[in-house]
Amino acid sequence: MKGLPVLSLLLWLCSVYFVGIYLFVSGFLLVRLEVNRTSGCGDVLQPGQEPADFCRVQPRFRRVVLLVIDALQLDFARFDPGNTAPRPYENKLPVLEETVSSRPAHSRLYPFRADPPTTTMQRIKGFTTGSLPTFVDVGNNFASSAILEDNLIHQFVQTGKRVVFMGDDTWESLFPKKFHRSLPFPSFNVKDLHTVDNGILQHLYNTMVGDDWEVLVAHFLGVDHCGHRFGPDHPAMAEKLTQMDGVIRSVIDRLQNDTLLVVMGDHGMTDTGDHGGESQKETDAAVFFYSPFPLFAGPLSQSEPDVVPQTDLVPTLALLLGVPIPYSSVGQVLLPLFPPHGQTEGAVGGLSQLEALWINAKQVNRFLETYSTMAKDIPPESLSQLKDTFSQLSSEYLTTIRGGPSPSPELATSLQAYLTSVRDTCRATWAQFNPFKMAAGLAILTLACLICFILSELSFALNGENRSGLKAQVAVALTAGLCVAVCQLYTRGYIEVLWCVAAAAFSSELLFLWRARQSGVCAVAKNGSIAPKCATWLTPRRLLAPPLLVLLLRCASLLSDSYVVAEGRVVTFLVFSLALYIPVHLNWDSLLLPPSHDPLKPAGLLPSPALSPSTVRKESSTLLSCLGLLIGSLYLSLSFHSCREEQGSCQPSPFLSPLSRLQDSQLKNLHYILSVVSLGLCTYLLRCCLRHYGNLNSSGGTVFTARCILPLLSVCLGLHWAVSATPEDTFRNLTELISLAQLALPRAAFCLLGLGLFLIWLDPLTVFVKTRAEYSARGPSLPPPRYRASTGISPQAELHHLIPQIYQRMRRSLDDGELSGGSEAESRPAVEAYGLGTVYSAPLLLFCGLLGIGLLLLHPEGMALSFLLLLLEMAALLHIHASSTNLKGLQGTFSGGYNVPWTPIVLWSLAATQFFHATGHLPTFPSIQWGAAFVGFPDGHTGTTLPASLVTLNTFAAHILFAVGCPLLLFWPLVCEIRGSRGGRAFGEGGEDAVMEMRLRENPQQFSSALLQLATRYLFIHGAQVFASVCAAAILRRHLMVWKVFAPKLMFEASGFVVSSVFLLVGVTLVARVDVAVGRWFKRLIPDASR
Amino acid sequence: MWDHEIRAMASTHAIIAASVFMVTVLPAVFVPGFSVYGTHLLWLYLVSGVVTAVSVAVFWLLGITPPTKKHSLGYKLSRLFRSCLYFFLSCLFFHTVVVLYGAPLIESALETFSLAVLLTSLTTLRCLCVLGPNVQAWIRVFSRHGAMSVWDTCLQITVACTMVGAWLGAFPIPLDWDRPWQVWPVSCSLGAIIGFLTGLVAAPAWIHYHRKHLTYKCK
Ligand SMILES: [Zn+2]
Ligand SMILES: [Zn+2]
Repeated sequence: MKGLPVLSLLLWLCSVYFVGIYLFVSGFLLVRLEVNRTSGCGDVLQPGQEPADFCRVQPRFRRVVLLVIDALQLDFARFDPGNTAPRPYENKLPVLEETVSSRPAHSRLYPFRADPPTTTMQRIKGFTTGSLPTFVDVGNNFASSAILEDNLIHQFVQTGKRVVFMGDDTWESLFPKKFHRSLPFPSFNVKDLHTVDNGILQHLYNTMVGDDWEVLVAHFLGVDHCGHRFGPDHPAMAEKLTQMDGVIRSVIDRLQNDTLLVVMGDHGMTDTGDHGGESQKETDAAVFFYSPFPLFAGPLSQSEPDVVPQTDLVPTLALLLGVPIPYSSVGQVLLPLFPPHGQTEGAVGGLSQLEALWINAKQVNRFLETYSTMAKDIPPESLSQLKDTFSQLSSEYLTTIRGGPSPSPELATSLQAYLTSVRDTCRATWAQFNPFKMAAGLAILTLACLICFILSELSFALNGENRSGLKAQVAVALTAGLCVAVCQLYTRGYIEVLWCVAAAAFSSELLFLWRARQSGVCAVAKNGSIAPKCATWLTPRRLLAPPLLVLLLRCASLLSDSYVVAEGRVVTFLVFSLALYIPVHLNWDSLLLPPSHDPLKPAGLLPSPALSPSTVRKESSTLLSCLGLLIGSLYLSLSFHSCREEQGSCQPSPFLSPLSRLQDSQLKNLHYILSVVSLGLCTYLLRCCLRHYGNLNSSGGTVFTARCILPLLSVCLGLHWAVSATPEDTFRNLTELISLAQLALPRAAFCLLGLGLFLIWLDPLTVFVKTRAEYSARGPSLPPPRYRASTGISPQAELHHLIPQIYQRMRRSLDDGELSGGSEAESRPAVEAYGLGTVYSAPLLLFCGLLGIGLLLLHPEGMALSFLLLLLEMAALLHIHASSTNLKGLQGTFSGGYNVPWTPIVLWSLAATQFFHATGHLPTFPSIQWGAAFVGFPDGHTGTTLPASLVTLNTFAAHILFAVGCPLLLFWPLVCEIRGSRGGRAFGEGGEDAVMEMRLRENPQQFSSALLQLATRYLFIHGAQVFASVCAAAILRRHLMVWKVFAPKLMFEASGFVVSSVFLLVGVTLVARVDVAVGRWFKRLIPDASR
Repeated sequence: MWDHEIRAMASTHAIIAASVFMVTVLPAVFVPGFSVYGTHLLWLYLVSGVVTAVSVAVFWLLGITPPTKKHSLGYKLSRLFRSCLYFFLSCLFFHTVVVLYGAPLIESALETFSLAVLLTSLTTLRCLCVLGPNVQAWIRVFSRHGAMSVWDTCLQITVACTMVGAWLGAFPIPLDWDRPWQVWPVSCSLGAIIGFLTGLVAAPAWIHYHRKHLTYKCK
């Protein structure tokens, strides 16, 4: 086998996939760094003047009532008296317009523009931090959703204001333990229009009358839920809005003079009642200010803003209430709410317009400076421009303050312009989907999936021709990348590496497709046997074969949030269906049962001697019992699932909590014993399998690993569990020992694991050769070798022809339990080789097993049971595949080389997803098992790489195991082959011998193309799933659940793909490594065996 | 060649379909409070019972059932007993399969078992009628060249349609639409019955259009 071309082709495919995923994700997931600094009262915001405590200044308002009406679209708040036939959502909030027209100095109604993503959580973050929250705010801890950035609530609490909150419980998770009093109500059930609102109304008025608060936040959800359920154009919406109208009226009646009322929507809604995207209907909400005390200079004037961006609420509220503006706010104060310069004496207190603007500009500048030292995503030229503007403005302001001429109105205008340009710069960087990147990523992924499919269908035709192709592809890719780079440099002056890489990937894909077309045509022209293959590989009949149909269903299920929520069960259902399909399909082809004696059968089709009914029956019963095992482990694995918050009545598996948390000591012991027993069973089964095929006889590195390291690792693991489960107060005198053991045992396990993997890599052969001088000459005599080195044939040819004969000789001697003799036996020692038949699969199996036990270390103890089930399911899948191949082979319908059909591969990869769930994982960020980072490092880490990789290994354990073990699918039918079942294709004279994996050595060409096909099929299946979740994220950008379900799913699917493909490459590389080692071994063996 | 057999099959199927239709419509009209969703289990058992009764009667009248070699009463009785046993075992089998597919184990065991009874009366019962209590023959029929008469082909089609219908019926369950037909096991039993009715229509039609290509070995 030539491993290098296969590997490089796979590497190219994977990197193309990675580029596509990265491109899409960088356009879809907006990333921003969080600045973890907070503003304080001591910040000197007015240089030269009163360096005293900023918070002591008498503020304009003492208290504020913040009524958030979720999804209060601008159209809902407007009132048009001329509209005689209002739609259900029109003219239902007359109170706002009435107040504005009757008391213009007291109130204002503005359009209130949100920044995408317009989902409630992101918006609450937005109008409390004053920043532009993105999906991934780096710096936030994924485990909880609490806001760690500086924000209004934090500032209120810091300056001693009491915040009372009632309504949507999202606030409670965003600001845990911040509220003086809090009445959260569940927000999840979208069908429920009234619980939250009625809950608020029960308490709102009482609270307002009381005097134990300075800030009152009430978040109503009814309008939003009504929109999601019925859409805006529905009588229920009219009812809900009328209710809100009443609420606002009652609140206005109860307001006191020192209190400001803000009524606002966090975002709007589309005509279907959804939100999340960036269309105007979604972003435009309404905001309404009211104060019983005159607040505005006069009626609405021309100079006032048309639209208020949502970020502007933060500095405005902060300065009106006399608290520092949160550190990372990029909003600007709403000028109409502040008195013009020189008129401050008339007001109760507070700042003038110019002062407010100055404080605001200073804070924004400080944030920009801090941010630009941390992250480099803001373009440098605009940064320097902003800096210049600010220094110019600040000198101008300072001269004004120091008794210069009275401030010009232009100063205020240019300060405003400065603040606006900062916000626009930030928004351009953070808060916009990049549709070009998304489309480009989607295109590259589509082509990559297509290429995978073509390659997997035509690998036999293409593998031979693609040797030189890869070089051309790389060359074209480099050229295209360079071209784009030069173009960018020429037109824009700097290079965006992403686009260069994208161009490279895209051009190489196109070249590949073109070449595939060409060579496909060539193959048809050259070889008639390939012609039907090329012609039929894309017909709907083939594409709708059940395994691909199951894959299609799986991909379609990723487009629905309900199915993503229920993913664990959906995948199990699909695996179960596809597993049942195997025997049904075999029976349909009459292959499951031995053929009945049929006199009408044409005489030419005499069954071969191998086709005895008992053999068939044996294989069928193997198949059915393995199917039973598979179904049993599938069913049991359902009990290890964890729960999403969307699944209401769901209990997470009791095995998921670590033993140390269990209180009942008997239960603890039971769990411990169960875990240790299943761990021991795993180890024992692995060793049994290896011993059965004679792989434990030699003395190489792999055998050493299997014999010593594997059991030692299990013992380490068992001890580690015991130590970590001991309650802290029992063995007081042993505390130091226990803490030492907690440190040492897992680290020892890691070292053993590394050593074992290294040894397998170093010396993968598990063949034990025994040479004996005496033998009994029984058994059939072998023909003498027909080729001798002396006949002038090249060494390669000699090698090629001699291997099978030697192999058969060994095999025979192995089978008979003693030596085989031949006519020339006297002249040459006979050879026995144990474990040659499983020379490829044994190291791979051991590698998988070691990795599995290593990954188990990172899981809670109870997961040992789940890992045992995983091992059993793997074995069952392999045996089912082997038996069905054998059944097909036995009855003569076997065709093609060693290619693995779609069904087992789809099952294999779905099982990876299924065990992702059955090891207690979920595609949500809160469900990540952070405890894995502290295994062996109980005191935490200094860097981030090590804990991140430990958590990744924990999360994608199932993906890793199934990807590494993927080549086993190719080997197992050969390992389990029945003698003579492949007689027709077997090597020349000794056809009826079981040659097992040595067949692959005999046909290196077929071996490499089968391996390539297997790997590309596996990649295709995972790639198609990534493609589906990418599509889901792109299409459902505005879905209610996009940030809760689809975006996390995309992240997990993409990372799972990356991990799977990397470990698939590891598996394939290991196979290539074994192949090289086997080649060397034969070379060493031939000289003394053939002469 | 088989024109009259196809005609017999079509009329048989028409009778079965009509009885299913009647048992759905008549109680809904005359019995207050009866509805397919509301009193689902009742409707389910009514359908199973009617399909069982009508199939047994029709197939017995037509004489499709393989002739018994012996005519002794004891033999007939033992055949009857075996048929009943197989019916019950098949209910248990379907129950197990449905539970393994993910149905709750204890919570709604009655609903699951009712679905199993329905599936049995739509599939196993037909096998019993056409092939007799002979599992070997059942397994043989469901292979590509296993059909030995028009009725066997018809059996293949209806059973496959019913199974696929019930399988598809599980798809809407996870969706969060809160419709009455998403409640377990309404969608699955509806799917099974719709699949069964489709099979009843499809089988004679398919056989009619493929009658040129169908060849059977003699029995
Ligand atoms: Zn909202
Ligand atoms: Zn909403």
